[in-house]
Amino acid sequence: MNLTLRIWRQRTADASGGSGSMVTYEVTGISPDMSFLEMLDHLNEELILRGEEPVAFDHDCREGICGACGMVINGQAHGPERTTTCQLHMRHFDDGDVVDVEPWRAGAFPVVKDLVVDRSAFDRIIGAGGYVSVPTGSAPDAHATPVPKPVADLAFEHAECIGCGACVAACPNGSAMLFTSAKVVHLNVLPQGAPERESRVLGMVGAMDAEGFGGCTNTGECAVACPKGIPLSAIGRMNREYLRAATRPR
Amino acid sequence: MALATTRRAPASSFIGSVWRSTVGKKAVMAVTGLIMLAYLVAHMLGNLKVFFGAGEFNHYGQWIRTIGEPFLHHEWFLWIARVGLTVSVGLHGVAAYQLSRRDLAARPAKYVRKRARASYATRTMRWGGVILGLFIVWHILDLTTLTVNPNAQEGHPYENLVASFGRWYVDVFYIAAMLALGLHIRHGFWSAAQTLGANSPRRDRAFKIVANALAALLTCGFIAIPIGVMTGVVS
Ligand code: HEM
Ligand code: FES
Repeated sequence: MNLTLRIWRQRTADASGGSGSMVTYEVTGISPDMSFLEMLDHLNEELILRGEEPVAFDHDCREGICGACGMVINGQAHGPERTTTCQLHMRHFDDGDVVDVEPWRAGAFPVVKDLVVDRSAFDRIIGAGGYVSVPTGSAPDAHATPVPKPVADLAFEHAECIGCGACVAACPNGSAMLFTSAKVVHLNVLPQGAPERESRVLGMVGAMDAEGFGGCTNTGECAVACPKGIPLSAIGRMNREYLRAATRPR
Repeated sequence: MALATTRRAPASSFIGSVWRSTVGKKAVMAVTGLIMLAYLVAHMLGNLKVFFGAGEFNHYGQWIRTIGEPFLHHEWFLWIARVGLTVSVGLHGVAAYQLSRRDLAARPAKYVRKRARASYATRTMRWGGVILGLFIVWHILDLTTLTVNPNAQEGHPYENLVASFGRWYVDVFYIAAMLALGLHIRHGFWSAAQTLGANSPRRDRAFKIVANALAALLTCGFIAIPIGVMTGVVS
C-alpha cells in the first residue's frame, strides 16, 4: 500500500516549536504487516538513499513495554488503536490515506529533533517519590509481607504504566496527572509503600507542578489515549491521597 | 539506604502549600463550587414561590431576613450567607483563572491536526464560567441592589422581578445564563467528586447521573420563572 505522510521536521531543540514544519512524503510499497515504526524505517532507508536526513524518532523495545516510542498520529497519541506506536500495524490504515505525524506537544516535553521529545521531566517526578526505600541485605521471605489479592491487582493495574507520555500528549492542558497518579497509586496501596505514603504523593505532585505540566480538568483524554489502560479513576485516587497527606497534622 | 528517620520541616504553611499546588487549588475550586451549588438548589426552591402569588413570595423575602432569630440579629444570617458566597465566587474565579493560565501555557505549541474531543460541557467550562460571572454581577445589580431594575421598589421583590422579566432581552440573557449553568454543573459536579477523591469506578455512574439530574433540575427550575412572566402566568 501507498501512503502520503506529513511529518513534523525540526532540526534543533526549540520549545515553542517555531523552527519546524510539516513535510510531505509519498511512501510506497508498505506492507500491512509492518508496524508504524517499520514503516518509518522503510521511509528512512529511502531518504538515506536519496541523501536526505532521516526522520528522527524514539524507540527501543518495539514490543510495547518500554515506553520509548510515541508520536501523535492523525491527532491521536499512538494513533488510531489503543496500543503503542511500535505495536500499531499498517493494516489499520487504508491505501492512499494521508497521515499526519507530530511529536508529543507539551511545554514540559521540549522537542529535541523531529519526533523526539525530552521526557526527562517524568524521571524527575519519579525521583521525587516514585520508589520504595528498601534496606538491602539478605532477601526477605517471599510471604513476609502479606498483600491481599485485590490490593495486589489494584497495584498491578497501575504498575502497568510504561511512562510513554501519551497522557500528556493527549491532555488539552499538557497535564501529567495520569502518569503521576499511576505511580502514586501503584506504591501507595501496597504495604511496602506505606512508610513513605504521604511524602511520596506530596513530593511527586510538587515535582509535577515544578516541571510546568498543566493541571487536571477531568477531561479524560489521557485515559482514552493510554496504551496500557490506566483508568481515569487513578487521578481521583491520587487526589484523595494528596488531600489526605496535605491535611494530616504535621 | 535506610528509611529517613527525621521529618523535614514543612517548607511552607498548610494553606500556602495547598493553594500553590494544582491539586490543592482544584480542591478549593471544587469546595467553593459545591457551596455555590448547594446555595443554588435552595435559591431555586425558594424562587418557585413566585408561582403562588405576590403575597407568598414577598413574605418569603421577608422571612429570609429573620432566619436564625433570636440567636442571630435581624438580617445577620443573610449577611453571613452573602459573605460566604462572595468569598466562594471570588476563590472559585481566581483559582479558575490561575489554573487556566497555567494549563494554556503548558501546551505552547499546538497540534497541526486537531480532533474534536471531550463533551460539550467539558469544553465550555471556562467560557461558561465567564458567562456565569457576568450573570452574577448583573443579577445582583438587578434584583438585590435594584440599581438597574425598572421597578426598584425595596421590599417588593415580586413586583421587581415581574418588571425585570417583562423585557425580552433580559429573558434571553437569563435563559442563556441558566443553560450555561446547567452545562457547568453537568461537568462540574462529577468533576468535583473526582477532584475531592470521592469518586471511584463503582460510584462513577452514580455521580454522573446525579450531576445530570442537578443540572436539569436547576436549569428547568430557574428558567420556569422568566417563562412564567413571559406567558403571563406570573404577573
Ligand atoms: C464566577 C463564575 C465562574 C467561573 C469563572 C467558573 C469557572 C470554572 C472553571 C474554569 C472550572 C474548572 C472546569 C474544569 O476543570 O474543567 C469550574 C469548575 C466548577 N465550577 Fe465553576 N465557575 C463559575 C461559577 C460557578 C458557579 C456559580 C457554580 C455553582 C453552581 C460553579 C460550580 C463549579 C463546580 C462544582 C466545579 C467543579 C470543580 C472541579 O472540577 O473539581 N461554578 N468552574
Ligand atoms: S518501542 Fe518500547 S514501547 Fe514502543
